[in-house]
Amino acid sequence: MSDALRLAGVHKRFGETPIIRGVDLAVAPGERHAIIGPNGAGKSTLFNLISGRYTPSEGEIALHGKRISGLAPHQINRRGLSRSFQITNLFQNMTVFENLRCSLLWAHGYKYSFWHLVGRQAALNEAAEQWLERLGLTARRDVLASLLTYAEQRTLEIGTTIAGGADVILLDEPTAGMGLAERDHTMAMISEVTRDKTLLMVEHDMGVVFELADRISVLVYGQIIASDTPEAIRANAAVQEAYLGEAH
Amino acid sequence: MSQSQTARGALLWHIGIWALFALVIAVLPYIFTSSSSISMMSQMGVFIIFALSYNMLLGEAGMLSFGHAVYFGLGGFFTLHAIRAVNDGVWSFPLELMPLVGGAGGLAFGIIFGSISTRRAGVTFAMITLGIGSMVESSANMFTDFFGGESGISGNRVTDVTLFGFSYGPSVEVYYLIGAWTVIAAVAMYLLTKTPLGRISNAVRDNPERAQFVGYNTTIARFIQFSLSGFFAGIAGGLFAIMFEIMTAPNVGLVQSGAVLLMTFIGGVGVFFGPIIGAVLVTYMHTALSGFSEGWILYFGLLFVFMVMYAPGGIAGVLCVHAAPWRAGHLWRLLPGYLLALVPALLAIAGLVAVVEMGYQLSLAYDPSSPIDLFYMEVNATSLLSWLVALLVLAVGIAGVLGAARVVRARWAEVNRSMQASGAKT
Ligand SMILES: Nc1ncnc2c1ncn2[C@@H]1O[C@H](COP(=O)(O)OP(=O)(O)OP(=O)(O)O)[C@@H](O)[C@H]1O
Ligand SMILES: [Mg+2]
Repeated sequence: MSDALRLAGVHKRFGETPIIRGVDLAVAPGERHAIIGPNGAGKSTLFNLISGRYTPSEGEIALHGKRISGLAPHQINRRGLSRSFQITNLFQNMTVFENLRCSLLWAHGYKYSFWHLVGRQAALNEAAEQWLERLGLTARRDVLASLLTYAEQRTLEIGTTIAGGADVILLDEPTAGMGLAERDHTMAMISEVTRDKTLLMVEHDMGVVFELADRISVLVYGQIIASDTPEAIRANAAVQEAYLGEAH
Repeated sequence: MSQSQTARGALLWHIGIWALFALVIAVLPYIFTSSSSISMMSQMGVFIIFALSYNMLLGEAGMLSFGHAVYFGLGGFFTLHAIRAVNDGVWSFPLELMPLVGGAGGLAFGIIFGSISTRRAGVTFAMITLGIGSMVESSANMFTDFFGGESGISGNRVTDVTLFGFSYGPSVEVYYLIGAWTVIAAVAMYLLTKTPLGRISNAVRDNPERAQFVGYNTTIARFIQFSLSGFFAGIAGGLFAIMFEIMTAPNVGLVQSGAVLLMTFIGGVGVFFGPIIGAVLVTYMHTALSGFSEGWILYFGLLFVFMVMYAPGGIAGVLCVHAAPWRAGHLWRLLPGYLLALVPALLAIAGLVAVVEMGYQLSLAYDPSSPIDLFYMEVNATSLLSWLVALLVLAVGIAGVLGAARVVRARWAEVNRSMQASGAKT
């Protein structure tokens, strides 16, 4: 069976500066995979490469065995990969409900239709309402995204990413900047809404990572120095030295 | 259950608003009966469609075009050629549907030029539209068969081929034809905002990057929106051609493109009905002011600069800001400040008008010392005293407005505070 996601020899240079320096990574279908690493290691850049925001300078990326490197973001999204952003990236002038509905439009097959009225598409609206409920944002349905609290924006960011029905989900520090209680709540929500999906997640909080992940990869200065189960990572001396030691 | 009830309520509300819009259009000629009013109101209809089609770009999709008159003007030329063909007996097509010929022309050229310009967004898009606009305007001198050269193309709208038995010779019959198309086109453009394409156009405007990551090709979304906007601009151009029975090169030109940008902006790009207000107001200003002042373009320019600086949401934006206090029942508390500002504002405007008119008199009149009529007074532009008085009035007016602005701001702060305290929804 082919990997949900496979990176082979991926490099990325900005000008002369190498940021990603040869990454090989395989994520099995249904796996929850965390990427950890110090600030500036290239984690977000890696996500940008996978999701098509940047194209790799070298190497190949495949989704379900089919090459996606070189495709545009919307093409990759249509093949079933969706991502969230480390810095919240919503439709700020739309309500919470409309943000969710917009992220459902393509998945529901509406494309660029100008002969359907969105308000009258029962299945579409019902799906959007259900997402409101799953995210716990029903009470904030008609509030503009720009007026949400920080934690609510992060929640909507995750919802917008997952609602479209992609089966490979990339979350870039979904709980960054949250308080403890909010973080636990958000992680529970993530683990609920990504059930049966393949999840690749950047996360700084070790507690969260060791609890949720099936496997962990450690990215340091553009290279993966270890990729293993949480227990093995915890015991890995090189990781201790390169990352966990200084982080704690 | 309650969900479908609110949906039905919203539907009735929408139908009611549009029925009212149609009713107003139908009744106006009974109130303003003079032929100049009929002509002005007909133009308003044309420019309502044109400005709404422009807002499909600027307001809905965030595309700043400097060349939208291309689709308006070409639509008009196509319509006029079609009318001439009917009059020559080589084609038969009812006059009522002639604007569709303009729409088809606008759509066709929207597709052609849109496929180039919508590949880019932002400043690059704006530059390309400017280039296409000047290219089409200058090509009018080359393709004289189509554009008619200096004198343009003219025709006779009375074709004898009609659906409803009107001749469309009398201008009031043309008014109703334009009015009917205004309602149809406005409703169609309104409904477009509620379609997947409309929603995604907003998404592409707000955050093109995120739109891509929910599966949309932003170039295609912009392209389709642009082409449809060309269609409606072409309908407006077709009606313009029917009304004036003549089309000339400037109708596709950059000045016309600038005019629709200004009226849309002044009306307000953020709300659907904004461009309707803008089209009505600017057409009125144009007709009313250009009659008695050479400086009307200057006044118009000053109004535009003032709006850009102090009310970037346009008139519709100013109205919408007052919706929340209105609903919370606090609107009356803002009124004293506004009334206080009104008097010095009128003074400032009077002083400004006096300065401008005297300036024009000095530089343009055959005899600068001949008196001009200003506010029911005879004013001599060559006398130092008139200038001193005018400047004094202007200065006092501005000072008064600045003072009143402080009161207005304080009132707003109060109203906002009590709205927050009463937990009015955000
Ligand atoms: N578009 C770009 N052009 C040039 N340099 C870039 C670009 N994007 C990222 N970089 C650089 O690449 C390096 C890695 O950045 P990246 O955002 O991927 O790190 P990260 O691991 O996500 O860090 P953090 O934990 O702070 O989010 C940084 O030094 C950054 O300055
Ligand atoms: Mg990052």
